[in-house]
Amino acid sequence: MPKVDNSILSKRDQIVSDVEKIIDPKNVLSHIDEIKPYETDALAAYKQVPLMVVLPETVKEVSKILKYCNENKIKVVPRGAGTGLSGGSLPLQDCILLAMGKFNKVLELDFENRCVVTQPCVTNLAITQAVQDKGFYYAPDPSSQIACSIGGNVAENSGGVHSLKYGATTNNLLGIEVVLMDGTITRFGGKAMDAEGYDFLGLMTGSEGLLGVITEVTVKILKTPEVVKAALVGFPTIEDAGNCVAEIIAGGCIPAGMEIMDKALTKATNDYSKAGYPTDAEAMMIVEFDGTEHEVEAYIEKVKKISEKNNSSSLKISKSNEERLKFWAGRKAAFPACGVLAPDYMCMDGSIPRGKLAEVLKEITRLSKKYDLPVANAFHAGDGNLHPLIMFDANNKESLKKCEEFGADILKYCVKVGGALTGEHGVGIEKRELMCEAFNDKDIQQQLTIKVALDPNSLLNPGKVYPILRKCAEEGRVHVHGGKTKFPDIPRF
Amino acid sequence: MSMEEKQNSQTFQDFNQNTFKPNSREEITQIVKNCYKKNIPLEINGLKSKHKIGRNFQSEKTLNLSNYSGIIEYKPEELYIKAKAGTPLKTIINELDKNNQQLAFEPIDFGFLFKGESNLGTIGGVISCNFAGPRRFKVGSARDHLLGFQGLNGKGETIKSGGTVVKNVTGYDLCKLLSGSFGTLSILTELSIKVLPKPEMSKTLIINNPHLKKTIEYLGSALSSSTDPSGGVFYPEYFEKNFIFNDLTHKGALIGIRIEGPTNSVDQRVARLCKELNLLRDEYSILEHEQSSIFWNKTKNLEVFSNSKGNLLRVVVPMSETVNMIQKLKAYDINYFLDWGGSLIWLQIEDLNLKILKEIRDITQKHSGYFTIIKIEEDLKASADIFTIDPIKYKISEKIKKSFDPKRIFNPGKMYSGI
Repeated sequence: MPKVDNSILSKRDQIVSDVEKIIDPKNVLSHIDEIKPYETDALAAYKQVPLMVVLPETVKEVSKILKYCNENKIKVVPRGAGTGLSGGSLPLQDCILLAMGKFNKVLELDFENRCVVTQPCVTNLAITQAVQDKGFYYAPDPSSQIACSIGGNVAENSGGVHSLKYGATTNNLLGIEVVLMDGTITRFGGKAMDAEGYDFLGLMTGSEGLLGVITEVTVKILKTPEVVKAALVGFPTIEDAGNCVAEIIAGGCIPAGMEIMDKALTKATNDYSKAGYPTDAEAMMIVEFDGTEHEVEAYIEKVKKISEKNNSSSLKISKSNEERLKFWAGRKAAFPACGVLAPDYMCMDGSIPRGKLAEVLKEITRLSKKYDLPVANAFHAGDGNLHPLIMFDANNKESLKKCEEFGADILKYCVKVGGALTGEHGVGIEKRELMCEAFNDKDIQQQLTIKVALDPNSLLNPGKVYPILRKCAEEGRVHVHGGKTKFPDIPRF
Repeated sequence: MSMEEKQNSQTFQDFNQNTFKPNSREEITQIVKNCYKKNIPLEINGLKSKHKIGRNFQSEKTLNLSNYSGIIEYKPEELYIKAKAGTPLKTIINELDKNNQQLAFEPIDFGFLFKGESNLGTIGGVISCNFAGPRRFKVGSARDHLLGFQGLNGKGETIKSGGTVVKNVTGYDLCKLLSGSFGTLSILTELSIKVLPKPEMSKTLIINNPHLKKTIEYLGSALSSSTDPSGGVFYPEYFEKNFIFNDLTHKGALIGIRIEGPTNSVDQRVARLCKELNLLRDEYSILEHEQSSIFWNKTKNLEVFSNSKGNLLRVVVPMSETVNMIQKLKAYDINYFLDWGGSLIWLQIEDLNLKILKEIRDITQKHSGYFTIIKIEEDLKASADIFTIDPIKYKISEKIKKSFDPKRIFNPGKMYSGI
C-alpha cells in the first residue's frame, strides 16, 4: 500500500477537530470501537483501521470534506455498502474513510422517462423493489444485490447473471452526480441519453473510486418480462457443454442468463440445497429466457434441439416460477456449499472467450493436480465469466501459498487465451499486481495520467487498481475462512 | 547511411506530403511521433462521411486512415468482430450479413444528408462519433458496443483498453471515453466490436395521423410495455411523400413502432400492442418484414433530409419534455421528426442565425436536454458552438485532452476551441 504519511498520523486530533467543524460531529467517528467495523470490506483477508470515519449527509458536505483533504494532503477512501470482493474500499492507516451510508434515499421514480434517481447507498435490489408494483425492474443483478449499493455498482461496473442480455451497470446508467477530489461538484449524463462531449459517465463507471465520489445515480428501468423460463441441462463432458453454449449463441439466441457448473460444484450445491441437479453429469447448464410467451417457447425449443445435438444427458424445463427459482437456488448457494467441503476457499473472477471454456477448464484441472488442491467451477457461460473456487486450508501456510499461486496461474491463463483478469469483481488490491499481465507500462502510464489529471496529489483511494511496485506478484483472491465471508448470508457472484 | 539515418530520411520524404495515407500501424506510429516532435497538428479522417460535423480547425497535415483497412478477426460464435480503423462499415456489415448478424446500434449513414448518396464511413469514424440509430433506447449506443481497442496517444505511444470479451472491468474503461471523442484524444487503430444476431422477423406498427400530444402518449405506452419495441418514431405530415409503401393505408403524419424477434412472437406482440394502445382497425396499418426494414433504414439514415440545404440540429431531451419543447420550437421555421421513442428530435431550421441558436439552446437546456449541430451554413459555422459545454466540464475535458494528447496535435479544436 502507499507509504504511510506519519505527519498525518501525528495530526490526527487536529484533523478530527477540523472535520467536526465541517460536518455534524455526531457523523465523525474516531474512537477505535467506532471505526473498527470499517477495517475491511468483503475481501476480509485484508484489514486496516483508518484514521477516522466520516458519514456525510449532503453533497455539500462531501465537497467540503474532499476540498479540506485535498488542501491538507489527506488520503480519502470512499465506501458504499462494503460488499466489494476485491478490496476496493479497504482503508489506509492515514486515510479518512468516507462512508456514504447516509445517502440512502430513492429520490425520484420517473416512469414517464423510465428511470430512477437515487442516492448512492440505496441497495441494488431496493431500486427494483421501488418500481416493481408498476411492473418495472432494474436489470443488473449482482448476486449480492440485497446488500450491495448502487453507488458501489457504478464504481465497480457490477454485472450479474443477466448481464449477457441486459449489459452491466455501465449499459444501464443514465447519469451521475460526482464530487471530484478538489471539491468540484458536477453531473455527467442525465435523463437525456448520450450526453455530448467526452464520456465521463463511462469513464467514472468502473473506476473503483479513484476518480470521484458518486453522490447521485440515475438508472434506466425496464418493463418486467411477461414470462421467464429456465432449462436445466446435463452433459457427459465439459466439451459438450461448451459447444452447446457456443452453438446457442451462434444460433441467434441471446438468453437472459446462461450458467455452467462442473461436476464438483454441481454435486456440492445439490447436496447443500437439494436443487435436483443431475449429479452424474460432468457439466450442468442453466439457461434462462425471458420475454413474451411465444418468444420464450420458441427459444426453449431451439435450446432443446441444440442440447440434444450436443449429447445432453438430461434436460428439464421449469414448469413454474417456483421450479425456476429452485434451479437457481443451488447455483446461488455455491459459496456456502463449498464451505462444507473445505475449511477455506478462494473465489477467482476471470473472463474468457466462450469458445475457450473447455480448454480453460482442462487447464484448471491440470493445475489442480499440480498444486494438489481441489477446485470447483462456476461459469457465467453466456458472457465468458469464470469463477473457480479453490479449496485450501489457511492454517497451513504452505496450502495458502499454493492456493495463491494456483489462482494467479488461472488468471494468467485467462489473459493468455484472450480473456481478462476480472469480469465483474474489480481489480481493487486483490488483482493489482497482476495488472501487468494484461497491460504494458505504456498502457498503465496512460491510465495513470488520467488519474493525475483529476487527482494530481493521488489522494482519492490510492493504492488500488494500479500496481505500486513494478512486480507481477501473485496476490490473494477472495479468501473465505471456515465458510465465513464478511457477510455470510449474502449470495455471491 | 546508418539505419537510423535511413529511417529519418524516409520520414523526411514522407513529411513533404500534406495528406498521409498509411498502410500499416508502424507508419501511423511514425507519423504521429514525428508530428509530436515537430508540433504539427493533424486532421484525422477516413471516408469523410462525417467530417463536416464538428468545428472547423487549422491543421497542417491530414492523416487519412482509409488505407489502413481490413477485418482482422471475426468470430460469430463469440459475438465480436475485430477490424482496422479504416475498414469501411459497408465491408463489416456485408461480412456480418453472411452470418445473419449485425451491429445492433444501427450506425447512421450520414452520406444521404451531406451528399445525397450512401456513405457509411469507416468503423473508426462510427465509434469516434458515437451516433446511434433508432434502436438506441433498447440496446445502447455505439460506445456500448466497443469491447476493446488499440490506438495511439498524442506522443505516438501504443495504448489499449478492453479486449474481445463482453465482461471486463480491468482498469479504466477507455472504450467509453474514446467513443464520441471525435478523434481528439487518440487515434483508434484496431477496434473490437460486439455483434448480435439479426432478429428473425421485424414488423412495424404504423399509427395514422396522430397529433403530437397523442403521439408521445402512444410512444410512451409502447416503450413502457412488455411488448418490448425496438424503435419508435414520429413523422409529421409534411414527410408523407417519403413514405409510400404498399402496406400503408393512409397518408399524413405517422408513428412507427418496430417489434422484432422470432416470427410467432412478433405477431403476438404486434396484436397485443394494438390492443394495449386501444387502436381501432382503421387507425393503423402494419409494415411486413421487407417494408419494415426499408422504413427503418430511411429513418436511421435521415433520408427525409437527403441532400437538403437546411441546417440540422440533433436535439436530445427526456421524453417527458418533448411536447413542450416542440411547441416552443414551432415559433421558428422548422421541419422535424422524432426518433428514440420521442426523445431525439432531428430538427431542420431554415434561416438560422446566432440569436436563434442561442434561443434554441436556452429552450433545450430549460428542458434538461442538449443539442449538437450536425449541419450548418459555412458562414455561421465559425461563430456557432457546435457542441455545448459548461465551464466545469470544459476544465475537466482540457485536463483529459492533455493527458492523452499533450501537444494538441489530434484534431485540435474540432470539439471545443482550445481542446
